[in-house]
Amino acid sequence: MQRTTWLWLLVGLVGYCLVPWYMTEGGFWRFGWLSGIAADADTGAGIWLAFLHGRLYLGAPLPVLAGVAAALLLLADPLRRARAIVALSAAGLGLVMLQGFAVGMNGPRFLTGLFGALGGAEGQAGFGAGATLTLFSLLFMLTTSLSAAGRSTGDAFVTGLIGLIVALVALFVFFPVSTVLVNAFRAPQGGLSLGHFLSEFFSADLWGLSCLTFTDQCGPAINSVLLATMTGATTTLLGLAFALIFTRTNFRAKKLLRLLTVIPIITPPFVIGLALILLFGRTGTVTAIVSYLFDVPKTRWIYGFGGVYLAQVLSFTPIAFLVLIGVVEGISPSMEEASQTLDADAWQTFRRVSFPLMRPGLANAFLLGFIESLADFGNPLVLGGGNYNVLSTEIYFSIVGTIADPSRTAVLSIALLSLTLGAFLLQRRWVGKKSYATVTGKADSGRHAALSRGVKIAAYATALPWAAFTAVVYSMIAFGSVVKLWGYDNTFTLAHYIRAFGIKHTAHGWRFKGVAWDSYFTTLQIATIAAPLTALVGLGTAYLLVRQRFWGKEAFEFSTMLSFAIPGTVIGVSYILAFNFPPIELTGTSIILIIVFVFRNMPVGVRGGIAAMSQLDKSLDEASITLGANSFTTVRRVIRPLMGPAILAALTYSFVRAITSVSAVIFLVSAKHNMATSFIVGRVENGEFGIAIAYSAVLIFTMLAAIVLLQLLVGKRTLRRTDRVAGAP
Amino acid sequence: MSVRKTPLISVVALTAVLAAGTAAAGELNVVCSNEQDWCDLMASNYEDATGNTVNMVRKSTGETLAQVRAEAGNPKIDVWWGGTGDPHLIAAAEGLTQPSGADTSDLYPWAQNLAAISEGKTIGIHLGVLGIAYNREILEQKGIEPPACWKDLADPRFKGEIQVANPNSSGTAYTELATLVQVFGEDEAFALLKQIGENVNSYTKSGSAPSKAAARGETGVSIGFEHDMVKLRIAGFPLEIVSPCEGTGYEVGGVSIIKGAKNLEEAKQWVEFVLSAEAQSAGPEVGVYNIPSNRDARIPDAAPDVSTIKLIDYDFATYGSTETRARLLERWDAEIKP
Repeated sequence: MQRTTWLWLLVGLVGYCLVPWYMTEGGFWRFGWLSGIAADADTGAGIWLAFLHGRLYLGAPLPVLAGVAAALLLLADPLRRARAIVALSAAGLGLVMLQGFAVGMNGPRFLTGLFGALGGAEGQAGFGAGATLTLFSLLFMLTTSLSAAGRSTGDAFVTGLIGLIVALVALFVFFPVSTVLVNAFRAPQGGLSLGHFLSEFFSADLWGLSCLTFTDQCGPAINSVLLATMTGATTTLLGLAFALIFTRTNFRAKKLLRLLTVIPIITPPFVIGLALILLFGRTGTVTAIVSYLFDVPKTRWIYGFGGVYLAQVLSFTPIAFLVLIGVVEGISPSMEEASQTLDADAWQTFRRVSFPLMRPGLANAFLLGFIESLADFGNPLVLGGGNYNVLSTEIYFSIVGTIADPSRTAVLSIALLSLTLGAFLLQRRWVGKKSYATVTGKADSGRHAALSRGVKIAAYATALPWAAFTAVVYSMIAFGSVVKLWGYDNTFTLAHYIRAFGIKHTAHGWRFKGVAWDSYFTTLQIATIAAPLTALVGLGTAYLLVRQRFWGKEAFEFSTMLSFAIPGTVIGVSYILAFNFPPIELTGTSIILIIVFVFRNMPVGVRGGIAAMSQLDKSLDEASITLGANSFTTVRRVIRPLMGPAILAALTYSFVRAITSVSAVIFLVSAKHNMATSFIVGRVENGEFGIAIAYSAVLIFTMLAAIVLLQLLVGKRTLRRTDRVAGAP
Repeated sequence: MSVRKTPLISVVALTAVLAAGTAAAGELNVVCSNEQDWCDLMASNYEDATGNTVNMVRKSTGETLAQVRAEAGNPKIDVWWGGTGDPHLIAAAEGLTQPSGADTSDLYPWAQNLAAISEGKTIGIHLGVLGIAYNREILEQKGIEPPACWKDLADPRFKGEIQVANPNSSGTAYTELATLVQVFGEDEAFALLKQIGENVNSYTKSGSAPSKAAARGETGVSIGFEHDMVKLRIAGFPLEIVSPCEGTGYEVGGVSIIKGAKNLEEAKQWVEFVLSAEAQSAGPEVGVYNIPSNRDARIPDAAPDVSTIKLIDYDFATYGSTETRARLLERWDAEIKP
């Protein structure tokens, strides 16, 4: 513990004395700040700013760091030493954050007298590298000492991880989201009022039920619940059918099927909607055929619940599949064998043994589908038509509509969150407190029980037509990218690709002339940085939730889902409101894009991780700990190798989401950091479908290549000697 | 405890340390609400003319206004170019933008008017006419006589064939609402809207969606801006464009400098540049079909011919104000909303 604390103390000293406290012009990596580290009032390190340039309010870290060093050197009793460091670093963290928020750009914002006297009258810029290092140092000295003082059940690694994730979630989820939600309580005549919120929240406009009696449209909240429930249930069912076919049958075209199950997840938004319109719209191909064959009138049924539901199921089934495949595969054949030995038939084994063991997977898959559907706004925008309103689109237009209404945005967002919370609590009840551990370290034969005939037929009947439908939709998209005017003028052309991705040989070598290259490279770069971070944060959180016990765990678990459950537009605005001003000024940088992706997509890592980890028997950890390993080694050597599919799912999903998400990034993209989707949306808005689809097609292939690469990198886990399916009975 | 755990945490810490980078000085940050190609061309022409570097991103007007509002006090954007004038006027009224001091004497009166009512905070850059589009093939197939006037749209022959945006979410649809109020007077306009409403199949959220639907035959008739319709027609869709006989309204696109812009000099240069005849004449190269605001700029051949269109004297000061807007939208919700 001492060595670790010394190390973090050193980091803190470097951050406080040698690295610029504030953000530097031109970025950190140009190192122009090195020359002015003590002399310059803008690029100086904290200690010099505080004591040479009269910014005394930055002085707090000096006594704190000195105090920690003194405690390390002078206090012999480990417990007293640890307690002293806990007190010192907690005070240091508090003071540094306090000054950051108190002294704004143009001087003190609160405690004016105090911070004015301490030299804060001129105001200050946002936290830079020095401040960040100092804060991390204080945070980890705090957690290391907390664990040494016996205040935490875990060792230093676990406590550090909890501290880190709690701090990050507080900073990048709670803080921004609260800046938006507080508006819900802001009464029109000023001031905060609970009554105003309650009357807005419980209004019939929001929760109207008249669609149940077919008299009128329902309120957007009710529409959202119905849609999300249907979507969640359907995607889970389809995901399960696919997962069963993969693990429990000898289906021949598994590779092709695998492709069809991942493609929809990597489709940039709006494209599916457009494809569905071309198929099922009033002038769509299918509509024309059906109308010809059965003499039914051509209608616009696709615009409304039907179309949105279809598009969402298409888009979100892959998520359910990614969560379920690992879970279904992880169920130990031993249990199934035991069941069969006791004379159960295939159906009874499935019904009484395999299916109950899938509960955590099913629950998490449903929850993800439900939340995704609630927060999805691209599909309702394209296919919702005018009369079918859901919360996510209502929220979007309360922000960007003709009359912006921050209070309505906040009320609607709270309605959305309360639905998410409801679903979350329901799924917890359903999963219950039973043990789902089936990966125990004991050897088994590796022969999964084959499915009973009925289940097999049901799985095929559910999954295969859907796979065929997916194939049709994607062939159409590929077709759309190589014709002049999709759905109207079907002359073959490569013009769209050349415009977007043209490369020209000039006197200066090869030049990327196409209009899409810039955003393409930015997107890939940001997605590549964001994906591993997302997986790390997500699975780290899952590890804490499944394996560790600490105070406030349930609230913590729900809070990790907040940023996922809120529509991207709200997150986008909240990130501007929170991170456009010191102390944390990130707007206009690529970092804010990376951060928004990490915290928006981490719930998939968390959910997938929880589902997979609840299958790993705790005895594996205990064996490792008994053999002298600490938690970190256990995670690295025992848990990580068994988590292959969950890691792959988290990486894949976060990489793909970073490329395909629209709503959150619309407000955060800047001139220097434009993203592919905002490019595509701009083109679609402008009616240039050809180039938008060609770009989407290129993105789809890029992502497919990336997924294959990831699969090779992560590797396949070996749960047992052979994974195979027993011959059909 | 062992120090072996430090690598992981150091990686996380170092990543956070990357959090140190802001925009360098001497550039210009532009948000463009025009068509992407037009945005790119103007940026590169401006760079050639001035030697400044332009960082440009395209966002719709509603999104830009939301961003400008959220960033107020420490804006990351210097100039907002393009998009309908209403949100520019709102930004001016809320004190989010500042006067550019650019010379407007070469501009058409409607462009100067925008500057006058916003105290110079936003200046007109182009004019887009509101019109009706219909899908030739669909109407022929169904044997429906094409519309020529606003009042035609109330005829039962268009039952289920008209698509128009919802004015609560779309600036285009609000322009339509305000235009009808100015053409017919408020009460008669709402009576007409109610009758047209009987024929409307969907009030879409986006203003450009109805014309795209009409292009593909998903609806027979749409209401929207004519330059969007021209674009679809030139792309090859069987779309015909009608300027209503009773007279029609229009939007005036704006350019505004954000209050607190970090690169004010470059921003002023930008405003002067985009108002120049030379810069505006480049529009047709990338398929811009609205009418440029500089009298000396070349008008695209495919642009709606203003001399044959009965344009009303659109009152931006009244109908762009928040009170009128809120009142009209409230009445629309009460009387027209399905």
